[in-house]
Amino acid sequence: MQATLKVPTPLQKLTKNQAEVKVSGANIRELIEDLEKRFPGIKERICDETGKIRRFINIYVNEEDVRFLQQEETPLKDGDEISIIPAIAGGGH
Amino acid sequence: MELREDQIERYSRQIILPELGGEGQEKLLNASILVIGAGGLGSPCALYLASAGVGKIGIVDSDRVELNNLQRQILHSIKDVGRAKVESAKDRLSGINDDVEIVPYNIRVNSENILDIIKDYDGVVDGSDNFPTRYLVNDACVLSRKQLFHGGILRFDGQAITILPGTSACYRCLFPEPPPPGVIPSCQEAGILGAVAGIIGTIQANEVLKCILGIGDLLAGKLLIFNALDSSFRQVKVPQDPKCPVCGENPTVTKLIDYEEFCSLRKNKEG
Repeated sequence: MQATLKVPTPLQKLTKNQAEVKVSGANIRELIEDLEKRFPGIKERICDETGKIRRFINIYVNEEDVRFLQQEETPLKDGDEISIIPAIAGGGH
Repeated sequence: MELREDQIERYSRQIILPELGGEGQEKLLNASILVIGAGGLGSPCALYLASAGVGKIGIVDSDRVELNNLQRQILHSIKDVGRAKVESAKDRLSGINDDVEIVPYNIRVNSENILDIIKDYDGVVDGSDNFPTRYLVNDACVLSRKQLFHGGILRFDGQAITILPGTSACYRCLFPEPPPPGVIPSCQEAGILGAVAGIIGTIQANEVLKCILGIGDLLAGKLLIFNALDSSFRQVKVPQDPKCPVCGENPTVTKLIDYEEFCSLRKNKEG
């Protein structure tokens, strides 16, 4: 399975400034493991110590939040577009 | 209420829109909106709301204008540096449209005062600059059933969502908990391109206007994501979360609290 991951700006330092990377894995958990192998340090930015996606970060498969699908076990298929969206609070003050 | 001749002239370019008309203009003139933050988001938003003739606009901000604000906070001018932002905002907005009532609140919202302030308004625009205020504003709007127009910006990224309490997802349905202090940087630490504030603040104003007029589709249940570097807009779905701590089936947030533990960044000045 190969999908495209949209990397949010704050994590692009870890992906060698790539805004988009090809990723593989049967589900979100495997995708994160695959990412961590290629971009060490990225997993702890996305997941807490127990491997759960952090509460202020959402992962979307296409337009759907995996929290409302099968969380980390949400299956992936070829051509899916995955986005990682962190909360941002700035108001330009 | 009958539109005066000068009002018909002033608003003629929007009154001729069939979706708006004289009736829509009256809805705008009768509406009241509270804008929290007279900064990067609040500036363009309040300018468009005042220009369009939203009858009463409250502006909440406890800061003074600084020179480094002028790169993106287009409400304020060089001569305003050192003045209270709400006073500068009132002068600028009244200078554009003396038809609208501008109510300045030179305070920081907290759990003690926010319900009392928002009760006088139909809806709230969140242009604040920190997570504690954003969660407080969300909870206050859900508890008092006020429409909330949320926008957030950082570097080249922006997000916007419209929250119709009881009907569409709230900010906690989207992000259940604020990040620990220091994990997500502020604009002060990470920077912001002024035009990004303009785009997201203007989207918030557009949502307010559509909501008052009852036209089009709102960003309710949808998060709009903007990236300035590739000029992309995307939308993702945001369902109501039955486990949401404030608007879910068994809410645990039933009264307001201050999230001071997340405030450490604010102590050194804002984002």
